Amino acid sequence: MAQSDARLPVRKTYKLFIGGAFPRSESGRSYVVNDARGGFLANASQASRKDARDAVGAARKAFGGWSGRTPYNRGQILYRIAEMLEGRRGQFVEELRAAGAAKGAAGAEVDEAVDRWVWYAGWADKLAAVAGSANPVAGPFFNFSTPEPTGVVAIVAPDSPLLGLVSVVAPAIVSGNTCVVVASEPAPLPAITLAEVLATSDLPGGVVNVLTGRRAELAPWLASHMDVNALDLAGAPADLAGSLEEAAAGNLKRVLRPGPEAGIERMTALLETKTVWHPVGT
Amino acid sequence: MGAEERAARLATRSIKTTAKAEAIDLAIGMVDLTTLEGADTPGKVRAMCAKAVHPDPTDPEVPRVAAVCVYPDLVAEAVRAVEGSGVGVAAVATAFPSGRAPLEAKLADTRAAVAAGATEIDMVIDRGAFLAGDYMKVWDEIVATREACGDAHLKVIFETGELATYDNVRRASWLAMHAGADFIKTSTGKLSPAATLPVTLVMLEAVRDFRARTGRRVGVKPAGGIRTTKDAIKYLVLVNETAGPDWLDPAAFRLGASSLLNDLLMQRQKLRTGVYAGPDYFTLD
Amino acid sequence: MSSDVPRGDALFEYAPAPESRDVVDIKPAYGLFIGGEWVDGSSETRSKTIDPSTEEPLAEVVWADAADVDRAVAAARKAHDEVWGPMPGRERAKYLYRLARLIQERSRELAVLESIDNGKPIRESRDVDLPLVAAHFFYHAGWADKLEYAGYGPDPRPLGVAAQVIPWNFPLLMLAWKIAPALACGNTVVLKPAETTPLTALAFAELCRQADLPPGVVNIVTGAGETGRLLVEHPGVDKVAFTGSTEVGKQIARAVAGTAKRLTLELGGKAANIVFDDAPLDQAVEGIVNGIFFNQGHVCCAGSRLLVQETVAEEVLDRLKVRMATLRVGDPLDKNTDIGAINSAAQLERIRALSEIGEREGAERWSPPCELPSRGFWFAPTVFTGVAQSHRIAREEIFGPVLSVLTFRTPAEAVEKANNTPYGLSAGVWTEKGSRILWTAQRLRAGVVWANTFNKFDPAAPFGGYRESGFGREGGRHGLGAYLAGAQR
Repeated sequence: MAQSDARLPVRKTYKLFIGGAFPRSESGRSYVVNDARGGFLANASQASRKDARDAVGAARKAFGGWSGRTPYNRGQILYRIAEMLEGRRGQFVEELRAAGAAKGAAGAEVDEAVDRWVWYAGWADKLAAVAGSANPVAGPFFNFSTPEPTGVVAIVAPDSPLLGLVSVVAPAIVSGNTCVVVASEPAPLPAITLAEVLATSDLPGGVVNVLTGRRAELAPWLASHMDVNALDLAGAPADLAGSLEEAAAGNLKRVLRPGPEAGIERMTALLETKTVWHPVGT
Repeated sequence: MGAEERAARLATRSIKTTAKAEAIDLAIGMVDLTTLEGADTPGKVRAMCAKAVHPDPTDPEVPRVAAVCVYPDLVAEAVRAVEGSGVGVAAVATAFPSGRAPLEAKLADTRAAVAAGATEIDMVIDRGAFLAGDYMKVWDEIVATREACGDAHLKVIFETGELATYDNVRRASWLAMHAGADFIKTSTGKLSPAATLPVTLVMLEAVRDFRARTGRRVGVKPAGGIRTTKDAIKYLVLVNETAGPDWLDPAAFRLGASSLLNDLLMQRQKLRTGVYAGPDYFTLD
Repeated sequence: MSSDVPRGDALFEYAPAPESRDVVDIKPAYGLFIGGEWVDGSSETRSKTIDPSTEEPLAEVVWADAADVDRAVAAARKAHDEVWGPMPGRERAKYLYRLARLIQERSRELAVLESIDNGKPIRESRDVDLPLVAAHFFYHAGWADKLEYAGYGPDPRPLGVAAQVIPWNFPLLMLAWKIAPALACGNTVVLKPAETTPLTALAFAELCRQADLPPGVVNIVTGAGETGRLLVEHPGVDKVAFTGSTEVGKQIARAVAGTAKRLTLELGGKAANIVFDDAPLDQAVEGIVNGIFFNQGHVCCAGSRLLVQETVAEEVLDRLKVRMATLRVGDPLDKNTDIGAINSAAQLERIRALSEIGEREGAERWSPPCELPSRGFWFAPTVFTGVAQSHRIAREEIFGPVLSVLTFRTPAEAVEKANNTPYGLSAGVWTEKGSRILWTAQRLRAGVVWANTFNKFDPAAPFGGYRESGFGREGGRHGLGAYLAGAQR
């Protein structure tokens, strides 16, 4: 029985990640994801506008709890994500190679993604010190400004399927925002595998919601959604970015145009500054 | 008995967008906007009444709700606040929600609410007596409360979650209708499960058959746990398919709810503007 | 509460104490200030700005057209590229210090001019607006040579030409909030004041000449909405800063979408002023009055929704009405005046219309007995009680001396109601309990929270909104981000 060694592997069904659960698209649709040589890899869920709406609902529901955590706790959880990602290094390398990366590049991308989580994890309990201030006003007042998360952030992730995704999600959530992210359209599978990492890292359900599908179909619904506070256009195609930004004006979303891949600006762009005044006296 | 399958089947019906817009406005006009907290204050009731009269202050096209529903001692406050608007004032009387009080107390509760201006009385049946098989006691209380109501409409609450079986719900429906109920209502909203589609189906069948036999139309009010437009539309489909279009009328069907109203308003705006609405744009009162 | 609140001024009748108008010199007509020169402008459209307290015309101004805006943007570009951008920060700083000093020296004149053109009481233009204007230039002057310490990277660069459009409620102060940080960061500006209040901006242009500010660094173009649109949509500007209504703010955001322009918006508000039952009530009443009646309520961060705990609602209202009865409405130039003229006929109409809606919706309206002058635009201080969130007067910005009073039962409900608005500019909290202040302040979705005080401003304190109140901050280290490359805002 020479065949007995060739065990038939059990394949994974790639679904969406909404509110901490892995549902299929309510539309029942899926699309074929091929590897770099055009071979079949998997069917990814093709999310609908209703999935996007549900994801925003889940993100909104999670916002109060997540933004109310202590920064220390958020930092711990982000670091935990890095640990979980490191533990699945091999799997991600394989998925990135399937998506077309060379072996060395795939390994380097996973390493960099892990390190990026670690970098942002450390920011959680330092951001307020750097972005906040005590304000020396000309009067007997105690006056201070603190940064606060803006709320629900809709993110169009760049095509770099893992590092690009981590680079937009981590700076959004480290400060207490929650997000709905539209994964890379041609290479969505690492995003769902990353969702499995998030689901096992003590990250509360709904803080990160991942949609796979057509950017051009999903992004406009998120950009116009009146309960979304900010829009990150990192992976928006150039022909779509302008109209998305225009739709975002409907409720004056904060819009993050494509810019540096990492840096404090990615965090501060998704923060509000609150200034509190109190008289000083006896 | 098939109620669950039938209700589940009807719940998957999808309706046209134009029909949806009408269904939303119909549902808004059927809402009994409710606050039944121990912490209710005159201010809380006034605020809710303002919402009942103008559910969306930015859009005068939005219909008012059917009624507000409050405890008896706050009826006078509510009556003042909705004066002239056409919004009814319902009071939960008869030692709501448990119904555990002497009949005299329940009747006094009812009379006080009516005297303060309540146009509708939501009474609870004695579930203990019902489950003990003392149907006469339940009957007598409904008849006595009906009399105490005077011109006010009487809604009879079964608390179907405590009646436990569909047979009991059907039996309670017939009993209440014969005893003079203008409406039969599923639940107090204080207990889970509150309103469910199958229970409402059973009650709708009962009112349909009761009219066939007596010619009198009795209304149905599911209450509690109905939070989304999707839920509300399922109920309307159920009404249409079971009791018939005659019941698609606030005089014959109500939805006892509080948070449902804002979801209806958000869906209404979504249909109008084409973008998903946000809760910041709808008032909390 | 009866309406015949006792008035204590029978014994101490105040003598009229008008500030002299002679200190100001208003020309019959003004051109545009472009490239350091007064130019006529190619536009034929002109309008007269009036004194809202008398309806007398003050001066004629041009409504700049596309050609005028082109020239202004070109002048600003040239000044930026050739002079102001390359200039060392310490030199820019000295120009700003000069401007601050010139403002201080001429503050009396500017205060009177502001009150005449805007209608605000001289007490406020003299004691609030002008000191803050000078402070704003002084504060930002100090940043000009320290930008590398501001947290925007080691080599922060200006954006270029800033298009700035400001409202009529604090004409000169809004100019200062826009121009001072822009210049400190090395940008040049084209600023459009509101069509009903252009005079202090035009006076400021004169100060720029007195300060020997290089030509083109500051350009002032007058006009109405169309001029503003031309300016913000001009392809030659790198940065747009707008203060005004949320509606126009959204139009601007749409216009800027898809361009490389950076945008900051400071828009409308419907601030909740929350009074808990343990608040120092007399102080709270002062704060409520200051919160809504300051500047005739023409304040985007006005405390226009009073949320008072139901247990003390009646007491607060009684005290508030007594205090309101002492407010003096009248001649803006009278030093005893608390509430001046409404800035324009159009604004007065809006205040009236929304107040009538408030009555129709069932809220109870009250104003103290007060005689209003027969000419000019006036509105008596007004309070609506029995207001719910679903009344329009609790949702929409009235931008006038009209207070809506709502009640709440618990701290959680207060926060929920306070946040139940698309706006998020400011909020107030009144309680003696420190932990409750911090608890409440943390949960309010608003850019400025005043605790046991209200309507305080300072150049060192960042100001700006959440949600539909706009984005970006003005003032403090944070405000610099709006004018530096590299910073997101």
